[in-house]
Amino acid sequence: MEALVHVLMVFLILANLRLLGGTRLNVCIVTVAAQGAVLGLLPLLLHPLSLTRHALTIALAAVVLKGGLFPWLLKRALRQAGVQREVAPYVGFTPSMFFGVLALGLGAALARKLPLPAPDASPLLVPVALATMLTGLFLIVARRQALMQVVGYLALENGIFAFGAVVMKEAPLLVEMGILLDIFVAVFVMGIMVFHISREFDHTDTERLSELKDWTP
Amino acid sequence: MMLCLLLVGVPALAGVLAFALRAALPRRALLIGAALAHAGLVASAWAKRPAAAPEAWLALDATALWFVTITSVLFLTASVYALGYLRRDAATRSHEDEDDPDDDSIFQPVPEAVFCGCLLLFLAAMTLTIMSRHFGLLWVAMEATTLASAPLIYFHRSPRSLEATWKYLLICSVGIALALLGTFFLAAAAGEGADLTLGALARGGARLDPRWLKAAALLLLVGYGTKMGLAPLHAWLPDAHSEAPSVVSALLSGTLLNAAWVGILRLHELCVAAGLGDFSRDLLLLFGLVSLAVAALFIIGQRDYKRLLAYSSVEHMGLLALGMGLGGAAVTGSLLHAAGHSLAKGLLFLTAGNLLAAFRSKKVADVRGALTVTPASGALLLVGLFAITGAPPFITFVSELMIVRAAIADGRWLVAALYLVLLAIVFIGMAAIFLRMALGAPSKDGRKPESRLAWWPPLALAILAGVLGVFLPGPLTDLLREAAQAFGGTP
Amino acid sequence: MVALGHVLLALVAAPLLPGLINRVKSVFAGRRGPPVLQLYFDLAKLLRKGAVYSRTTTWVFRTSPLVGVAAPLLALVLVPAGGAAALVAFPGDLLLMAYALALARFFLVLAALDTGSSFEGMGASREVAFSALAEPAFLLALAAMARQAHSPSLTDALGAPTALSDLGLLPLLLLVATALLLVLLVENARVPVDDPNTHLELTMIHEVLILDYSGPDLALALYGASLKLWLFSAILSDVLLAGLPGDVWLRGAAHLTGIIAIAGVVGVVESCMARLRMVRVPHLLIAAGAFALLALCVGVR
Repeated sequence: MEALVHVLMVFLILANLRLLGGTRLNVCIVTVAAQGAVLGLLPLLLHPLSLTRHALTIALAAVVLKGGLFPWLLKRALRQAGVQREVAPYVGFTPSMFFGVLALGLGAALARKLPLPAPDASPLLVPVALATMLTGLFLIVARRQALMQVVGYLALENGIFAFGAVVMKEAPLLVEMGILLDIFVAVFVMGIMVFHISREFDHTDTERLSELKDWTP
Repeated sequence: MMLCLLLVGVPALAGVLAFALRAALPRRALLIGAALAHAGLVASAWAKRPAAAPEAWLALDATALWFVTITSVLFLTASVYALGYLRRDAATRSHEDEDDPDDDSIFQPVPEAVFCGCLLLFLAAMTLTIMSRHFGLLWVAMEATTLASAPLIYFHRSPRSLEATWKYLLICSVGIALALLGTFFLAAAAGEGADLTLGALARGGARLDPRWLKAAALLLLVGYGTKMGLAPLHAWLPDAHSEAPSVVSALLSGTLLNAAWVGILRLHELCVAAGLGDFSRDLLLLFGLVSLAVAALFIIGQRDYKRLLAYSSVEHMGLLALGMGLGGAAVTGSLLHAAGHSLAKGLLFLTAGNLLAAFRSKKVADVRGALTVTPASGALLLVGLFAITGAPPFITFVSELMIVRAAIADGRWLVAALYLVLLAIVFIGMAAIFLRMALGAPSKDGRKPESRLAWWPPLALAILAGVLGVFLPGPLTDLLREAAQAFGGTP
Repeated sequence: MVALGHVLLALVAAPLLPGLINRVKSVFAGRRGPPVLQLYFDLAKLLRKGAVYSRTTTWVFRTSPLVGVAAPLLALVLVPAGGAAALVAFPGDLLLMAYALALARFFLVLAALDTGSSFEGMGASREVAFSALAEPAFLLALAAMARQAHSPSLTDALGAPTALSDLGLLPLLLLVATALLLVLLVENARVPVDDPNTHLELTMIHEVLILDYSGPDLALALYGASLKLWLFSAILSDVLLAGLPGDVWLRGAAHLTGIIAIAGVVGVVESCMARLRMVRVPHLLIAAGAFALLALCVGVR
């Protein structure tokens, strides 16, 4: 089982690197969806002995939402907005990927500082989860495309979800469902906003969303 | 428990119903009805507080009842004001919309239905946030408030409001995502199979791993602090408050920020129970002072009066954090100040809405002689100025005095001095701007008529803020005392 | 004994590998292709010819091909062959190997700059830029193996049990192997990075560096490159196969089979992929570095 978890972690890191190095919105949307869907299976692998209906429900909901519904929503927003398909980076792709490796190292260093109370988890989990969160945050600030910021938000959530799978062995169903629902609605509302932005401005470049500030000269 | 469910369920159901209603009149009646029902339920809770187990997920403890009451009062006033606002808006919209045929996609439902529905869902989410004593549920409710309020900010459908909504949505979602991580850290601190209710965590307080708890406290503070608008995490706040319709600004500032503050208070309560009270107090004190300073800096010479009010919200959130961070008697002051700020800020934002309708500009320079053009709103603006800056006899005077007295009694002279200097700067900055707006010769001629729905609600808030400043009823002081005990405060 | 045999075999058989790769490529392309021994014919032809030197070059230019053969040879002496200990083994020898390779590259680049040609200068710049990324990945991958074996010696690190004996090691070995394969492709200028068949100086890396050599010097440069390919294949083969049970000769044979199979894999990769755009190559190397770092994390207990 642990070997499988390792393979999953490698997949997460690969997905992070692809997100950081990806130049096309489509590719990034699919990547983050695949990452989320694979992550949905993580709780089942981590606690294989407690295969309750509860755990299965959550895994199923996570996979369907993150792997199916989110990419569909985002791709629809992409299509309807008719926005440009490049991700428009502030920070180039090679430095971005460097950051990905750096984040992994940072995650490993942090994981040593804060030892998990659940010692049976894979040693890779915390570093990879932290690296995924950092990747998400980085994407939000380093890409100008509004949709890319949504992708970054999803990567951030994926990282948090991975971390949560380690510590929350038996979270109440209501709470987990609520979290999933909230993220779903967030993506839905953000999709609508991207559509409106592209209709109102004829672009979705967040750098040019800079009308509001104090002290305009 | 039943009462708690009703408090959330009634507005939530009404909100869903409002989406479905096609006709305007029953929808507006629904809005007022739900607001009244909510207020009635809160009143019944005052009459007889429902008891709840410490591990309950939802409970009306003293803190929750206090903040739910503030929310309910402000929402009721705002929804009365919204009636007038919607009527005015519908009149202007029917002129503009004739040349805009692409209203058919699902992205563009009838705006007013979305407005009323989201307003009610927003109330439900805020009530849930305030009452939840389970950290997971708290997170879910907090994110729900963001999502329910985003369409409200975008009600005007202008490019500027769109930009503000995007910033609000993204910054708050990311901030709250960090709070989710903090919630997981809490679970890590509690160890295997932990129950994440405040009661259970606080009971096992000493057993919590302090390293994880500190990390969790930092993340939760940053996450919910973003939502609350503590500087330097306030980036979204001035934009969203200035671009939203004034009714929504009043609710964002007077109720939403409070709801986020309750999230932080729950964390603080836990830290106090776990023996880390000084750690969280220091953090709150730091955030409070930074917020005060940043707000004072941006208030001076502000050119947009709605942004001015937004920065004033940052200032008052700083005051709340500062009071809680000082501890002792200042805790009660901080709790009381939440009410003072909500009433005064609601009053000011609603008045600002009237001025915006009369002068058609948010620029300070374009508003002159408000007392002549719109006498009621002009007078309310001046009253609001004194109410928000903590002049007697308003409730803010009492609470700000309590905070500074606690600081002095505690021997924290530096904090007290900074506090007074910054408050003085804010007062001068706001007075200079507001007096210029209210007095002076109007650039345009003639009086603009104002409907009663436009100035009665802010007037009611002003009266309430004044009366509470002079006389605090007994049950209210008892409640505050009870709430303050949870945060290690002294009456 | 086996180790000495391996070094001698490498000296003799190294030029076979490029021929094998070319054969795989021609099979994929449906051509007959050059004979497998083509590089031997080329070397023999070149050795018979005289050398021409530009008047701007100095002794650096003439020394470089010798270093280019000597350094991989030194590295080969340090690498174990299928479970048999290397000829020379001491703690920290993996660093010596990495630096031997760096020395060869240093001279190669210096010689290229020595010619004063702008093309070779560009090639040198690319070579250095990519190897600056490849080297950390290479060292991290070796470090992950060393950490796993609790010994900073190549003989122990590469001779440790493999996935065939302990399934729990599978993730670590897969990560290291992927990282090393990527490094192999970059270091030996194979297809996704550089096209050995190209004749356009603007896009070449390795070929442009040795553009000015002729006769025996060119032969030495080509021979050194093939030795380097053999070295990397041997390391990769060790990582995948070294812990097999059986006697020394059997494992040596498995090791050799591994090397040949890796040459086949490189041929398949070259047939299936086009050369990456130059700006994309660092991404490949960063990914290799991430794999190696991850492998290091897996090993940490």
